[in-house]
Amino acid sequence: MLRFLLTRVSLVIPTFLGIVFLAFMLIRLVPGDPIEVRVGERGIAPARHAQLLHDMGLDRPLYVQFFDYVGQVMHGDLGISLVTHNPVLSEFLTLFPATLELAFCAMLFAVVIGLPAGILAATKRGSTVDHVVMGVSLTGYSMPIFWWGLLLILTFSVDLGWTPVNGRLSADYYFDPVTGFMTIDSLLSEDDPMGAFLSSLSHLILPTIVLGTIPLAVIARMTRSSMLEVLGEDYIRTARAKGLSAFRVINIHALRNALIPVVTVIGLQVGTLMGGAILTENVFSWPGVGHWLVQSIYRRDYPALQGGILLIATIVIIVNLLVDLTYGLLNPRIRYKR
Amino acid sequence: MKRQLLGVAATAVLAMCFATTAQFNAAEAKEKTLKYCSEGSPENFNPQINTTGTSFDAAQPVFNGLVEFEPGTTKVIPGLAEKWDIAEDGKTYTFHLRKNVKFHSNKSFKPTRDFNADDVIATFNRMWKQDDPYYKVSGGAYDYFNDMDMPDLLKSIDKVDDYTVKFVLNEANVTFLPDIAMNFAQIHSKEYMDAMMKAGTPEKVDQDPIGTGPFSFVVYQKDAQIRYKAFKDYWGGKPKIDNLVFLISTDPAVRKAKLETGECDIMSYPNATDIKSLQANPKLQVLQQPGLNIAYLAMNVEKKPFDDVRVRKAINMAIDKKALIDAIYQGQGEPAKNPIPPTIWAYDNDIQPYPYDPEKAKELLKEAGVTSIDSDLWAMPVQRPYNPDGKRMAEMMQADLAKIGVTTHIVSYEWGEYRKRMQNGDHQMAQFGWTGDNGDPDNFMFVLLGCDAARQGGQNVAKWCNKDFTDLLVKARVNSDIKQRKELYDKAQVIFHDEVPWVPIAHSVVSVPMSKKVTGFKVHPLGIMFFTHVDKID
Repeated sequence: MLRFLLTRVSLVIPTFLGIVFLAFMLIRLVPGDPIEVRVGERGIAPARHAQLLHDMGLDRPLYVQFFDYVGQVMHGDLGISLVTHNPVLSEFLTLFPATLELAFCAMLFAVVIGLPAGILAATKRGSTVDHVVMGVSLTGYSMPIFWWGLLLILTFSVDLGWTPVNGRLSADYYFDPVTGFMTIDSLLSEDDPMGAFLSSLSHLILPTIVLGTIPLAVIARMTRSSMLEVLGEDYIRTARAKGLSAFRVINIHALRNALIPVVTVIGLQVGTLMGGAILTENVFSWPGVGHWLVQSIYRRDYPALQGGILLIATIVIIVNLLVDLTYGLLNPRIRYKR
Repeated sequence: MKRQLLGVAATAVLAMCFATTAQFNAAEAKEKTLKYCSEGSPENFNPQINTTGTSFDAAQPVFNGLVEFEPGTTKVIPGLAEKWDIAEDGKTYTFHLRKNVKFHSNKSFKPTRDFNADDVIATFNRMWKQDDPYYKVSGGAYDYFNDMDMPDLLKSIDKVDDYTVKFVLNEANVTFLPDIAMNFAQIHSKEYMDAMMKAGTPEKVDQDPIGTGPFSFVVYQKDAQIRYKAFKDYWGGKPKIDNLVFLISTDPAVRKAKLETGECDIMSYPNATDIKSLQANPKLQVLQQPGLNIAYLAMNVEKKPFDDVRVRKAINMAIDKKALIDAIYQGQGEPAKNPIPPTIWAYDNDIQPYPYDPEKAKELLKEAGVTSIDSDLWAMPVQRPYNPDGKRMAEMMQADLAKIGVTTHIVSYEWGEYRKRMQNGDHQMAQFGWTGDNGDPDNFMFVLLGCDAARQGGQNVAKWCNKDFTDLLVKARVNSDIKQRKELYDKAQVIFHDEVPWVPIAHSVVSVPMSKKVTGFKVHPLGIMFFTHVDKID
């Protein structure tokens, strides 16, 4: 087990370095620099442009800047935003709870609907239910987030008036953030905590659905195929022959084994979820890290963008590492083979 | 048991996340709150160091300038200076400051004195004096102060007494007053600056602003909302609304949806294509005003065949501006004939625009001895209030020009590169535009068409330098008699019309959609959002 763990962890280091390099280089390949993008029609005199680049340390050779940055990161310093002049880490930490809250709800939504749907489709294989579940999940998987988000807003917020358009909380409420999770903070607030809580929930509904749709489709399809495979096994036939109820056979005997690949897929979906969060947050002006990253691209805020990508990638790497380890725990063959 | 507990817990969490939209009764707000759907996050809350309209809007409720623009116009009116005298040589401005003006307070600062001359001097010194302790704080780039040539223009700023400040300029320049009515010159509290410097947190001045304005800053939740509270001691009288909230939504379609559902009372920058449906909504009103802007097609007079005025006139007659306005601006614009918009007092309405006349255009080309023209046509890569869709506009121009035998190929670059290459004069024909800073004609004509700006890298992208034209502008700059200035600008506009270095295309209309409950709002041609006199009726 220790060897398995070490192999996995040692893979993390090169991945991490690769990401630092990519995050650093990619934004610099985009034409324009932080000064040019902000000067508007007037332009800027070359001398002043050079002076400002110098002040930001952006006139040094790229490799110097890169190694300087790596050194900085090693010391846990992600730099200062070129636009707001706040430390990148503190900006990230301010915004991250919003992303986490949304991602958590989206994952919950995907698992809670995706798993039963997949099981149902597998047990009723070939039936109308199966075709509907698979058809809907394929549609969900192919749905562009921007379009899907706007469609839901127009239908449920503008036409029906059931949900708020965007944001995290009605402007009628205000309280100082404690945890950064609006659902929790609202309950901790002093004036009308229940009203604030319901307001924060209602603001979560549409973004949760939009962000959860793709993982839901993937989980449903994966559960179905994995379940079908397990249902064909001999021990399931034995279980049925013993006279166990269909419920017990499926939910106790089959599901446990069918879940192994599904858990991996759920882990992989964390990456998808982070990518999706960037789009979803922009549609819903959700004040999370995805929205912040996109604004940082427009403003060529190099430190913010580098730091943001790095932190998100770190989270995805850690989650996948944990999933790999869980997988090893669930399936002893994986750890003993190594 | 364990499993059951898990089940209960899971159900509870689920219910939390997916509880259907229970009709929640928002706390009945007894106070009047105005919700403004803004388009982006501010860089900070100090107009001295920021550059975007979004950031200026976010600081506007908090601050006052010595002089200010009247809401709805570009007329300069008293602000923190009650009155001012201009010396005969036009170089000395003496400002008499308003008394009993209070500053806001916040958790870390309580003012001990009223606004006075020290605040004015500290505000300007931060941007001007490199040895000022605040000069380097928060990046230390004072773009607007520099763009308005303040470092060259200012000779000295002196305190005469607590309520009198004297500005001495190196040369007479009548644009000085509208210049300092701009956001960058709004006044900060010296006492607050000193206190934050002493506390070792000077950048707080830029993030947690203290001003004398109608609203005090409450909080900024990054990328989500900005909250302000009416300042009861405001020298101009307490605003009619109690709370002002900026709700940030970057997508105009989403802002529109929020306005329609009542989550916002006012929205910024609607899509031109949405104006008609917003106007048709019985709950909403769309206030409009011609914007202080212009879109134009600059012809590089240093390149053949555009050095020939007949060719330039032919191009002017070949482009169907009305079709452009209908298609690109969705009718939310008016055709341009002068280099300044009609909202500026110096606009010469007697100028007759070149008609859309492809036949006449062909004749002019023939007269010029030009048989075939093969030119590039640069399309704006970004959306701007004065040009909502550069690419489509270029395609329509291309089709128009083909009708008179002018072949064009459309070129575009990333915005920074586009501007740089164009300012270097790499193009033959290029779309560009301008939004005025202070409503003065000089801010259009001298900046965009003066000989000084025609140098390589300069803002005059037609590279057209006409000495007579520039002389008129220079004379107008030092003349404080508005009637005489108007005569000079009229003459300059005639020269522009005869020489046509541009095809002036359009001035777009600024639209601000809002709920019908909102009263007292005035659309400002410079795009400034004034909330001081706004009220919300139920």
